Amino acid sequence: MAYPMYEVDWSVLPPEQNRRFNPTFNIATIKQVVNEAIERVRMPTPTRLRDLIRQIRAARTAAEERSVVNKECAYIRSTFREEDSVWRCRNIAKLLYIHMLGYPAHFGQLECLKLIASPRFTDKRVGYLGAMLLLDERQDVHLLITNCLKNDLNSNTQFVVGLALCTLGAIASPEMARDLASEVERLIKSPNAYIKKKAALCAFRIIRRVPDLMEMFLPATRSLLTEKNHGVLITGVTLITEMCENSPDTLNHFKKIVPNLVRILKNLILAGYSPEHDVSGVSDPFLQVKILRLLRILGKNDAEASEAMNDILAQVATNTETSKNVGNTILYETVLSIMDIKSESSLRVLAVNILGRFLLNNDKNIRYVALNTLLRTVHVDTSAVQRHRTTILECLKDPDVSIRRRAMELSFALVNGQNIRSMMKELLLFLERSDAEFKAHCSSAMVLAAERYAPSNKWHLDTLFRVFLKAGNYLRDDTVSSTIQIISSAPAERQAYASMRLWHSLEKSAVSADATEKQPLIQVAAWTIGEYGDLLVSEASNAISMVDEDGVDDFVRPSEEYVIDVYQKLLWSTQLSITTKEYLLLSLAKLSTRFTTQPSQDKIRVIIDTFGSHIHIELQQRGVELSQLYRQYAHLRPALLERMPAMEVAGGAGERGADSDAEQEPLSDASPERARPDQDALLDLIIGSDPLTNGDVEHRPAPSTPTNNNTTNDILDLLSGLDLTPSAPVAPPASVVNNNVPLGAPPSSLLLDGLFAPATPAAPVVQELPTVMALDKNGVRVAFGVQRGGEVVTLTMRATTAQDTLTDFLFQAAVPRTFQLDMMSPSGTVLSPQGEITQVLKITNPSRTPLRLRIRVSYTVDGNPILEQAEVNNFPPDLFN
Amino acid sequence: MMQFMLLFSRQGKLRLQKWYVAHPDKLKKKITRELITTVLARKPKMCSFLEWKDVKVVYKRYASLYFCCAMEQEDNELLTLELIHRYVELLDKYFGSVCELDIIFNFEKAYFILDELVLGGELQETSKKNVLKAIAAQDLLQEEETPQGFFEDHGLG
Repeated sequence: MAYPMYEVDWSVLPPEQNRRFNPTFNIATIKQVVNEAIERVRMPTPTRLRDLIRQIRAARTAAEERSVVNKECAYIRSTFREEDSVWRCRNIAKLLYIHMLGYPAHFGQLECLKLIASPRFTDKRVGYLGAMLLLDERQDVHLLITNCLKNDLNSNTQFVVGLALCTLGAIASPEMARDLASEVERLIKSPNAYIKKKAALCAFRIIRRVPDLMEMFLPATRSLLTEKNHGVLITGVTLITEMCENSPDTLNHFKKIVPNLVRILKNLILAGYSPEHDVSGVSDPFLQVKILRLLRILGKNDAEASEAMNDILAQVATNTETSKNVGNTILYETVLSIMDIKSESSLRVLAVNILGRFLLNNDKNIRYVALNTLLRTVHVDTSAVQRHRTTILECLKDPDVSIRRRAMELSFALVNGQNIRSMMKELLLFLERSDAEFKAHCSSAMVLAAERYAPSNKWHLDTLFRVFLKAGNYLRDDTVSSTIQIISSAPAERQAYASMRLWHSLEKSAVSADATEKQPLIQVAAWTIGEYGDLLVSEASNAISMVDEDGVDDFVRPSEEYVIDVYQKLLWSTQLSITTKEYLLLSLAKLSTRFTTQPSQDKIRVIIDTFGSHIHIELQQRGVELSQLYRQYAHLRPALLERMPAMEVAGGAGERGADSDAEQEPLSDASPERARPDQDALLDLIIGSDPLTNGDVEHRPAPSTPTNNNTTNDILDLLSGLDLTPSAPVAPPASVVNNNVPLGAPPSSLLLDGLFAPATPAAPVVQELPTVMALDKNGVRVAFGVQRGGEVVTLTMRATTAQDTLTDFLFQAAVPRTFQLDMMSPSGTVLSPQGEITQVLKITNPSRTPLRLRIRVSYTVDGNPILEQAEVNNFPPDLFN
Repeated sequence: MMQFMLLFSRQGKLRLQKWYVAHPDKLKKKITRELITTVLARKPKMCSFLEWKDVKVVYKRYASLYFCCAMEQEDNELLTLELIHRYVELLDKYFGSVCELDIIFNFEKAYFILDELVLGGELQETSKKNVLKAIAAQDLLQEEETPQGFFEDHGLG
């Protein structure tokens, strides 16, 4: 013991430098070792982790904290540069603390890799912890640890394998998953439960990230359920659940484990007290819940499997102690399973009763869960849920936002033809009090419910107006246009009523100056009063009852001039949006043909003239154009501003889709034989391209006898009709007019162009993008030149042919329903090898999703008709940004 | 599956963060900040669940610390509360009546315990004993290889 410092316990050197057993050591090496040791002692040891934490916590200001952190970070960086491996572990630990405080720590990533590669367990433990915190699949660095992981997955120390599995489970990028799946599969078969359970969860993560890899884990998975160890059991159930949700085939494959699961569950509830897994009197609730969930998946739509689990579900439902959270946890999961599988009716009654108890529970958490479950089961048994309506409506008033949200959704699920009046009353109250985040959702759901279940037209309008009042600007844009449609198609008496009601609200807003908060209401009111202003001021409307729900009739018929005064006030307000003012201005112009007295006419004219110099270009243009209707084109005014014809209300989901074929029938007689199946097929194509099509499709084939040349136009009608859904974003008011006002004589066309031009904000920046090849077959090429300009993308289709001359060339295109497609007419129908056919397509995409396009090209070559189809989805992804 | 777990103090200081989904650092910070503010603003009588963005947040306060898990929509919220409780029990057993300071100064241990309880966002062990046994065995491994003597502060210190 002459050199005690070489004792292994004393050595600070890494093992490879430990020269205790080195036979060749001499005085020189001794000297070197002594020097190194002295050097280490002399060199200040780095701050300890707990000292750093103390220092940081002692900092009184943020600046002080920053300076401590920056100093330490600078020091840590310098040790990383010097490749100091002795203190690396400590430095990384400090860095991780600093990282948690929100400071950048990415420079420690590579050091974590070095720690992981170290043979010491401490280094590995901290290294893997750092890797999990600092690395993720977004950085390529994470792939560098794949090799280390592979080595450690083969380690003899179970805890090293455990660390590697844990890190793999946390990062689990697709690349990593592919590289290490086979290792994980091997470890699932390990006899060591500690490794087995971790490997099973890694497999779960791998499958979730790369579902293709599932196949290889199947054989090893089933045997997991035969284990005694609860860790292995629960991870096994988790893995199987993921597999079953992944593919229907696997789901069928695992149907046979239902008896195993039932047995495990039965053992859990029947076995006596086991201290290891007991949670306040319930045996392993974690495992029970996981099994119940898997049973639910396996028993769904499967009578045989459901039959096998009926008994155990009943046992769990009746035997579980409910005084504690754990018991309710299990009951909650059991109820979900009972409602989802094909269970016996008595069992369902039991489940609904449990939910009823939940709903009355004092614990907010249980109540929340009850509402949540009722919402999930309402489709199975509505009447059972209806019984709890009063309680649910009570929950709308709960101070807790989570409960209110659930209650709101559940309330909408409960609305039906019988209870619509009372439900809407409650929901209107809720809407009025609710937070901004609910208003949009709640109001649009109310509009939908009112549309669906309205007991009368008058009630429907009243409810809509109330929703408009209470939701204010949170109302979704499309509600304005759909409400206008409803008013427009109502009987005249109802229209008068609507204009009177809306006038009441409009006047009130103008007086109390809260119009800016209720712009959708102002828009609808402006439209309605503009259209039916004559009915508003006419004494003939006195017969219409204006008694409101409180039995009060405080309606005062306004004079024409008063109406115009209110308009003026609104139009000159600085806070109303341009869109609202556009509504008001057009409405005012319309009133000029509805009102009869001279003073009101003069007032209107003055207001309109002032807009000729409005600062906003769009309003200015309107002002100038409308004032022209008082001068040069005065004779056109009455005809142009005539009442719009009743708009057809789009609706009746499902019926219209079915009707469409019938509507097309007469067309087929007149049109050329060839065009007809094409149209149908294209229609199918469009409908088929979007599985969500709910059938609210509206299209009117052109009544004119189509010639060969305008089949394209028919298709156009079809296509544009298809896109005209009620939920499409609201068109600017101008285009509402545009669609319906009968176009005037040719001399006024210029004026009309300006008057009814869609409101384009500033001229959009036009941007040329590369050409996209859509079709290249048999020498026929179809390519798109893409041009971007704000909201609208313009595609220029260019068709060319290599050798043959093509006749009857017809290009058709369809887009998913969220897009709007406008096709211009093609440059020709005959395509020669020297020439080309061009056709312009304009695509609007309010949802800004990537563009997909289906195209069909038909032509005749040498007398043979040819048909080509293709789907084009290689457009630049940022097309609409 | 759990998306992430956060531990933070009543003052809104983050004490532990574990992410099982990959987000850019910036987004993680944003989520953390927003969630802490939202949870701290809730009153004690309110329920422990919060529908937030596309996740369901389950949280519970233990003394000065909030434990907050973001779960997927179909996960059992009540069970998540049990899981949080289990984690707290483990911390308590390991540190011996745990307090916030234990977790601050031994944050790596808190991570190690969590990693023995949850893996890849799913529960891996339902026995408290097994978790603590695994942690103790690994701590022992660490101790054995840490040299004693005049470099007594050799470990993390």
